[in-house]
Parts: sequence; structure tokens; C-alpha cells
Amino acid sequence: MKKIVTKEKSIKLIMLLAASTSIFIVLLIFLFLAKEAAPFIFKPGLSELFTARWVPVSFQKESFGILPLVTGSLLVTIIATLIAVPIGVCGAIYISEVATSGERRFLKPFIELLAGIPSVVIGFFGLTVLAPLVKSAFGLQTGLNALTGALLLALMAIPTIVSISEDAIRSVPKSYKEGSLALGASRLETIWKVTTPAALPGIIAASMLGMGRVVGETMAVMMVTGNAAQITASPLESVRTMTATIAAEMGEVPFGSVHYRALFCVGIVLLLLTFTINIIAQRALKKYRDI
Amino acid sequence: MVKMTTENNKAKTKISVTNLDFYYSAVQALFDISIDVPAKQVTALIGPSGCGKSTFLRTLNRMNDTIPGTKYDGKIRIDDKDIYAPSTDVVALRKKVGMVFQKSNPFPKSIFDNIAYGPRIHGTKKQSELSEIVEKSLDRSGLWNEVKDRLHKSALKLSGGQQQRLCIARALAVDPEILLMDEPASALDPQATVKIEELIEELRADYTIIIVTHNMQQAARVSGFTAFFYEGKLVEFGETEKLFTKPQKKHTEDYVTGRFG
Repeated sequence: MKKIVTKEKSIKLIMLLAASTSIFIVLLIFLFLAKEAAPFIFKPGLSELFTARWVPVSFQKESFGILPLVTGSLLVTIIATLIAVPIGVCGAIYISEVATSGERRFLKPFIELLAGIPSVVIGFFGLTVLAPLVKSAFGLQTGLNALTGALLLALMAIPTIVSISEDAIRSVPKSYKEGSLALGASRLETIWKVTTPAALPGIIAASMLGMGRVVGETMAVMMVTGNAAQITASPLESVRTMTATIAAEMGEVPFGSVHYRALFCVGIVLLLLTFTINIIAQRALKKYRDI
Repeated sequence: MVKMTTENNKAKTKISVTNLDFYYSAVQALFDISIDVPAKQVTALIGPSGCGKSTFLRTLNRMNDTIPGTKYDGKIRIDDKDIYAPSTDVVALRKKVGMVFQKSNPFPKSIFDNIAYGPRIHGTKKQSELSEIVEKSLDRSGLWNEVKDRLHKSALKLSGGQQQRLCIARALAVDPEILLMDEPASALDPQATVKIEELIEELRADYTIIIVTHNMQQAARVSGFTAFFYEGKLVEFGETEKLFTKPQKKHTEDYVTGRFG
């Protein structure tokens, strides 16, 4: 008897450990980032971060203002989300509600294939195909700008959004659809007013995951956004994102230097940004579920 | 083939079905059904599971259209109009022929929005009109007093019996003439069942109701006419009292007396 109790307890403990692993890891990452970034508070001071110039290497005066990087990331993320969410959700609706089974068998694997393409390869595509297109479409001097980056990121986020939204839409009970059709609603009205709202929690989760991928994506944006650290709201200007900055500069920065600390600060801000997106998503979900 | 054999032909025919065959892909589910369903009466469809009574019910508002590969043959006329004619507006048909399902299926929306859903898609926009329809429909289904203080709360928080009456109210909100009920009380407890049966009794005066039921006592209690289906065929159709006390066919007698089924 006692043996069984001990066994149960130890199994429970193992499971608890497994379940809390991710919490530990997040905490550890955060602590590690904070430890490396902390000295920045004393020299040159936190206020340095909130300036508009990111010039980490200079013979005159170095400057570590991360605002251009934050706005660069935000600009690219917002545009990419605005492009990817409608396309992704409409695609998911089409695949789950409208497509014939033949079309579905063809479309789904292709979309999932798109998700598996390495971001460097997508970056190549952006550099050689998309950037020249954007350049000539808007008559610009260079196609390496926020819009090109956003288009490319949208391309990478769409499979995630389609795949997860489609699962959500497909799991809407058939009885809801029948109830709507039986009241004389057309198929389109049913999709729009019953099925999609019922799947909304899943669709929001899908969009957030897509957005998470966009915020965190590094390689492709580094290749096509032009990497000019400037504050702008224009999609046709070159920008530099937080991720691209860390990836591009981390390899050459002297260990323990102010620049090194500053990059860790960027990392923390990036982490906080993804937390914020998650929290907003949770709130949105909760509000929706209360109705 | 069984023809309706009412001696008193006072009841006007609402739905007239002649020689209906129905197929799910290659499987034939209904064989040569002919029946005249009287207006403003409750007609019960009884028979063992898989006998085709639900399939038959769903041909009457063309819900089977949503299942790929279905085929039919024969004629169904409602108010003398062929509902499978190419010119038929399915939306208008389903507005006229409401349906209540076996498992209550309120939308994950508020009580108000559930009832207002039908009127809204059929073009009612004014809030005051919608409120009026919602109150009238809920009142009609005996739910108004129970829910009037929480119209804007989720319909999914209602009890099972309340949800089913909500679904009836939702069907009534688009002002149908016919109500199809597919075992509306089979998932409910006895008290909620009584309420649904009382409601059917009340609605009878204004609507033509067809109810599929497994429960013979229920058929006897609520319906004026009963049709007995077996293996996709209509075995017998007539006034409920006669069908239960003096069935014409041996098969019917065996079923209603519980000797099989």
C-alpha cells in the first residue's frame, strides 16, 4: 500500500517537473538577459536607450537609442499582420468550408510545405524577386524596405495562420451550421455569421502565433529591409528591426562592451514585446469567451 | 404504396409527397413514400432507428441538400408548390419550414442574438422590431419569464430544456408555417420533456408540425396523425388513435404494442 502511494507521488512529481520546465526556461532566459544587460543601467544609463539614434560603432560619439529598432520592428510587424491575417483566415475558411475534398487534398499540403521553407531561402526569393518588384511598382531607388520585409514575413506567417484557423473552423460543431441553414441562411451567411464567430478564439490564437513568428523572424527581414536604423512610418523606407540588429551585430561585438550590453537590452525589449502580444491575445480571448 | 386513409377529409393537406425515393450515394434510404400531411395538425413519425424517418423529415426543408451525393426521385409539394423544382428558393423554403433538431443547438451567442439571427438574415434591421420579435418568440415558447432579465447573456448557459425551447423560439422567430422536429425531447429529462410537449400542444393551432419520435407514448400524447416507417418504407399512416388501437397492418401492431423495435 505504502509503496503504491510513494510511486504515485513520485510520478506526480516528475509530471510537475515536466510541466514547469518551460516556466523555468523562460525565467532563466530572462534572468540571463537581465544579467548581461544590467550594467547598461549604470553606464551609459537607461535613458540612453530611449533616444532616436542607433550608432553603436563610431569614431566620434556612439549612440544606443533603440527607438528606431523598435519602430522598425513594429512597422514591419503591423504591416505583415495586416496582410497575413485576412489572407490566412480567408484561406482557412475556403479550405474548410468551400473547397471540394480534391481541392483540399491539394491545397493543404502545399500550404504546409510553405511553412517548411527555411527563412534564408525565402530571403533569397525576397531579394531577387520581391524587392525588384516593389522597387519598380512604387518607382523607388531601392526595393529593400519595410514593405518588402512585411510581404515576406506575411508569406511566412500565412501557413501558420491558415493551418491553425482551419482546424478551429473545422471543429465548429456541424449542428451550428445546420441550425443556421435551417433558418434560411445562405452558406455564405452561415460561414460569416455563425461558423467564423464560433471559431474566433482559434482564429485569434492562430493570428497571434503568426504574429509571433513575424516579430521573431530574423534572417529574411535582415536580407530585405535595407537595415537603415531610422524612425519612419512609411513602408517604403528602409528600416532595421530588433532581431536583425542582434543577429547582425552580435557576432562582432566585443564581449562586455557597452554595445554588447545594449544588444541584450534590445533582446529584453523584444521579449517584452512578445509577452505583450500574448497578454493582449489572452485578454481578447477571455473577453470573447465571456459573451 | 400506402395512401392516406382518413375517413374525415376535413383536414386540408399542407404537404403532399408522392412516390418519393431517396438515396445517400448508392444506398437507398427511402422507398416510394407517398403521404399527405394535414395542415395545422401534429403528425408524428415513428419507427425503429434507421427506418428513414429523420431522412424523410429532412427532405421536407431540403436539409439533405447539404450532404454530398444525395439523390431523390418523386415529388414533394408544399401548398401545391414543388419544393424540388429548379425555381425553388431554398432560403424562402427554409424560412417557411422551420426545423428543431434532436440535440439543442443554440449558437454561441446571446439569447437575444440567437432569436434575432433569423429575422436579421431575412432583412429585419430595426432594433425595436427585433426586440418585439424576440419577446414574442420567447413568450410563445414559454421562455420569456425565465430569461427576460438575461437576454444578453450567453444562450449556452441555459439548461438543456431551456436551450431546446430557445431553439423552438428561434425557429418561430422567422414566422414559419411548418415546424419539423427531429426527436426534440430525446435528450431531455422528463420534466423538460413535459414542457416541450405542452408547447407542441399550444403551437398546434397555428403551425403544421411534424415530429419524429422514438417514444410511442409521446407520439400518442402529442399527435393527431401518426406515420409508421420501417426500413425506408411508409408502412401505415392515419389518425393516431386508430393507428395505435386498430392498426391495419400486422407490422404496425407489432411495433406499437412493443413486440419489436
